[in-house]
Amino acid sequence: MTLDAIDRRIVEATQAGLPLCATPFAEIGDSLGLEGADVIARLVKLKERGVIRRIGAAPNHYRLGMLANGMSVWDVDDAQVDALGAQVGALTFVTHCYRRPRALPDWPYNLFAMVHGSDREEVQEKRAQIAVLLGPACRGSDILFSSRILKKTGLRLRRKEG
Amino acid sequence: MTHQLDDTDRALINRLQDDLPLTDRPFAAIGEALDLPESEVLSRLTRLREDGFITRFGPFFDAAALGGAFCLCAMSVPEADFETVVTKVNAHPEVAHNYEREHAFNMWFVLATENAEEIETVAREIEAETGIAVRRFPKEREFYIGFRVAA
Repeated sequence: MTLDAIDRRIVEATQAGLPLCATPFAEIGDSLGLEGADVIARLVKLKERGVIRRIGAAPNHYRLGMLANGMSVWDVDDAQVDALGAQVGALTFVTHCYRRPRALPDWPYNLFAMVHGSDREEVQEKRAQIAVLLGPACRGSDILFSSRILKKTGLRLRRKEG
Repeated sequence: MTHQLDDTDRALINRLQDDLPLTDRPFAAIGEALDLPESEVLSRLTRLREDGFITRFGPFFDAAALGGAFCLCAMSVPEADFETVVTKVNAHPEVAHNYEREHAFNMWFVLATENAEEIETVAREIEAETGIAVRRFPKEREFYIGFRVAA
């Protein structure tokens, strides 16, 4: 998947956020010497290619009352993990869901699902729902609550020369 | 606390987590659906952003599609050394975010680099600096549905 120079400039111009004005795409275009319609056409293409997943708001979980988050981790039968992972990812309270390699013997878990809730009890209830969904294909699980953010910087596209 | 959310704010937050229409006047289109004037959509969105209910409003990029490599990593850090190790790990600009978690693996961070080889380079640097193994948990498959909170 490659981005041309104009795509990259659009990514750079929008990765901190869109201008909050009536015509945000025209404003981005102004800053790049493009028409608003060109910016929209490029964004449509980037979405079709999956480079952009959606355009919208990133909510602040904490401010919206979701005070607890736990990384739930599961040891799921390899033959079933992809089918079950898709079902776990579709749960409304799971915000991220990935298959990752195990690190045996200390780490038997191959499915990671981030769960948010108003408190730890609610997160544990949601974890129990995942356990029911996984059923006997799951041989073990754990949950890792975060106690502190040690660093948080947004992922940023590196500037390329030229 | 700056202000409480009213029902309109909540409806707006929920709608704004869905896709913004790619049209000349996207906020007018959202306002139509919620029976709000465009100017009020914008003034409320600006306030929600300023007050921190929304941390960012814009495109969500698939990080891997932009180029570069990413890897979730974990370390098991002795309590007594924790702050020293945090400083050493966070000093690497490739560490995008880092969380303390309650587990034998008590430090979890994401490395973001230009390519897969650099993931290895940085992970080995951190191991050399701290004397602690950096476990690599690269994403093998993502089950992506969305990232949504009911306000």
